[in-house]
Amino acid sequence: MRRLSTASMVVAMLLGGCGKRVPVAVSLTPKSFGTQIVEQSGGKQTTGVGARLADPLVVQVNGADGNAVVGALVKFRGDGAAFVPAQALTDDSGQVSTIVQLGSVPRSYLLVAETLKQGGDVAGITMRGTALGYQEKVGKQVSEKYCTMCHDPESTTERVSNFDNLAPPAPHMLSDGTVLNSISDADLIKIIADGGPALGKSPQTPAYRNTLTTAEIKAVVAYMRAIADPPYSQPLAK
Amino acid sequence: MSAQTTLQRIASFLLGTPARRFASISLLLAVVSSIAPTRDLFSEWRHYQRQYRQLIQHRTDAARLEKRFQSGIQQIWIPEQHVVDRCSTCHVALQENSLASQTTQPFRPHPPMPHALNEFGCVMCHHGQGAATTVTEAHYSTKAWEQPILPARYLEASCGQCHMETLKGTPQLNQGRRLLARYGCAHCHAITQPDGTLIVPVDEPPSLEHIAEKTSREWIFAWIKNPQAYAVSATMPNFRFNDHEATDIANFLIAQSNASENSKTALTAHASLPSSELAAVEGPGIYGMMFCASCHATQNSKGNLMGGDLAPELTRVGNKVNPEWLRRWLKAPQGYDPKTRMPRYRYDEKQVALLSSYLLAKKDDDFLSNVHLGPSDEQSVARGRKLTADYGCAACHHINGISPPEGFAPDLSRVGSKPLFQVGFLRGMPETLPDYISGKIRDPRAFGPALKMPSFTLADGQVEALTTALLAQTDRAVTMPPELVRSSQHARYHPGGDAGRLMEDLRCQSCHTINGNGGDMAPDLTNEGSAVQRTWLLDFMKNPDTLRPALIRRMPKFNLSDDEIRKLCDYMLTAYQAPGFDSDALDPRALNSEAAARGKELFYTKYACQSCHIADFKQDKGYVGPALADVGDRLTPVWLYKWLKDPDALVPGTAMPNPHLSEQEARDMTAFLVTRKAKKKGGGK
Repeated sequence: MRRLSTASMVVAMLLGGCGKRVPVAVSLTPKSFGTQIVEQSGGKQTTGVGARLADPLVVQVNGADGNAVVGALVKFRGDGAAFVPAQALTDDSGQVSTIVQLGSVPRSYLLVAETLKQGGDVAGITMRGTALGYQEKVGKQVSEKYCTMCHDPESTTERVSNFDNLAPPAPHMLSDGTVLNSISDADLIKIIADGGPALGKSPQTPAYRNTLTTAEIKAVVAYMRAIADPPYSQPLAK
Repeated sequence: MSAQTTLQRIASFLLGTPARRFASISLLLAVVSSIAPTRDLFSEWRHYQRQYRQLIQHRTDAARLEKRFQSGIQQIWIPEQHVVDRCSTCHVALQENSLASQTTQPFRPHPPMPHALNEFGCVMCHHGQGAATTVTEAHYSTKAWEQPILPARYLEASCGQCHMETLKGTPQLNQGRRLLARYGCAHCHAITQPDGTLIVPVDEPPSLEHIAEKTSREWIFAWIKNPQAYAVSATMPNFRFNDHEATDIANFLIAQSNASENSKTALTAHASLPSSELAAVEGPGIYGMMFCASCHATQNSKGNLMGGDLAPELTRVGNKVNPEWLRRWLKAPQGYDPKTRMPRYRYDEKQVALLSSYLLAKKDDDFLSNVHLGPSDEQSVARGRKLTADYGCAACHHINGISPPEGFAPDLSRVGSKPLFQVGFLRGMPETLPDYISGKIRDPRAFGPALKMPSFTLADGQVEALTTALLAQTDRAVTMPPELVRSSQHARYHPGGDAGRLMEDLRCQSCHTINGNGGDMAPDLTNEGSAVQRTWLLDFMKNPDTLRPALIRRMPKFNLSDDEIRKLCDYMLTAYQAPGFDSDALDPRALNSEAAARGKELFYTKYACQSCHIADFKQDKGYVGPALADVGDRLTPVWLYKWLKDPDALVPGTAMPNPHLSEQEARDMTAFLVTRKAKKKGGGK
């Protein structure tokens, strides 16, 4: 029994990224109640394994009239993710902001924010934070150098996006899960390695076989899978 | 009474006769000698191995997994790297990728990584006690073993034990190493990397030998008190001096200042100094033409920094500099500071006057309004001199009469293996090395008010990055077999001769890399002589026009004389030649009009080059690579041909993918591109 509890504690600590141990706080008492909780910002970030998300996760509690509610209780939970604070009352603008630290396993972490409604029911919202492992980090670096100037319409200061300059068909965002989740790893690797025409698509995607290594191409695919929205789930092994 | 009788009866039952005695002692021996095997039977690792077999038995691939499973203690032993790792005794599925969806430890497979498990083992990267076979001993810090598992967010530190070069998979380590050099850590701390090279600071703090010419006592006071109040992007740390100390230091710095070369040249009074209205209208044009923003940033009305970070922020430069100093500086920066990275522009008096008036207007009227210093005296200067010496100011800045301190701060070459018994932790702080290092970077004076290390203004991510870079400085890294250590090369190339002096004067290598030495803001010029045509280069130096429409940072206009331009171009065309560019590399007869027509078809249809390049401004929009509408004037045909064949061979790390053209295709495409010339109607048909 003791062995089991030690083991589960160890697993919990490993998953919790060995972060600061925050003593379990007594639940706060809400001063008011909302009916709905919505995301304000920070709901789709990526970071390294075991690291904090760069921006805080901000949620807002609204009442039945759609207006923000001050003093409502918000609790955060997530399998393997740690929150500081893990619970708080909404501030003057009806919002709560928390710092999120993801676990040490490279994967997507579900981040749940819940608020207590009048009468004891709970309203919740589920967001995501993605921890990138070695392979996904390589993929991110490679894609930022070679891919995003066409595949991301958001421009950066130095690299103005080329997205709008291209002839149709428009490129997909690397995170566009609605389209890319249905393409197999093998096909994505083929498009990157041999260019669009390899799968009968536009030659505007050049071939990278002689520029990137196989490991780098696989890393780009792993990164795309990690940031896919809606999330990508691996096909079952045959 | 009765207890005694019971004992007597038991004793006589067990030991009454010699046979009974023998039997009892044998039994006792058997029990004692079975303790160890029994404990082993119930050991943690056996438990995990049993759990694992239960976990896999209902899977469709159970037979295959069971076959690959090895029971008993498992060990990776690499004597030359001091690796004895038994982690895979419990982490049984490290190499079973089919269990990727398994999230419970210790049964997760290892995520993809660049090394094979049995080449380096586990502890090399993750720390912990590899030989241990219980969870606590292997993972956590004990009295006998201080190296607990390294938290995942610092894991990139382990790559840095062998890799000094910039890796794609270690953004945090790379950032940390950049920060160590950029925030001047290495001015005070010696940090010898595992390949034996020292971390070299790149921040180049200004010399203070002539500071009285440049600024005022009041500004120095305000700056010392809070550098970031003057410039949010300042890397100068805050020493938390009180008002008296800051005044003393300001008094001393003014007192030690002597005359620069610049001050000895008379400043020709410009007949009519431009009015501030005129400067406001014409100043931005000159600021833009000189591309000051390529290196210097200013804060815009929203508080965002706009511009480069190679040189000081200019948001409030009008609060800082003396107008005469500024005009002299703009004319000849090296006359004030021979080591500055600022190029010497060739601007006339009127342009300099306009630009300096424009810059002086960049100020915050309230900035120095509350600074009122009493007159300086000898005692104050003496106190300032002592403070300056005590706090190691000369480790970063040149100061007259104070030599740079030696061994001023602890050597950090092995800080990643610092024994915990040597560490004074703060109360309430987790007693681990990463927590200590990041705590020390975040707030050094919290560890003792008498400590001299100043406070740096760093974001959380920067602190983690710095901690990661420092954690790479381990004992293990030093004892690693040398063939495993990957060095990064630091070249010290500087051009020679007359042209070399001119290039130094223009500080070309502040932005351009040549033969491995220089900045990364602008294109590498190592092979420029093989790439470009002479007429184009002459024109470009006269009036640098950007090749890439999307770039904000650009080559400044230096106002070079014709003679200087000729000298520079001749030098570059001769000295910066790539090998294998002789005239027979490409048969000029291959560049005929039929080939050009085929090349055009390849360009637009098969390879869709117009997605990234503009060959014809009327129809193409590609924004990523340089515009090619006049590439026939700019690049040599042989360069084009070789570039198309293998861009990475000519400019390592270029973003241009290798299109893998056939010989014929490369020749045809070259034939098309050489027809792209300026001022000729429309180009191809």
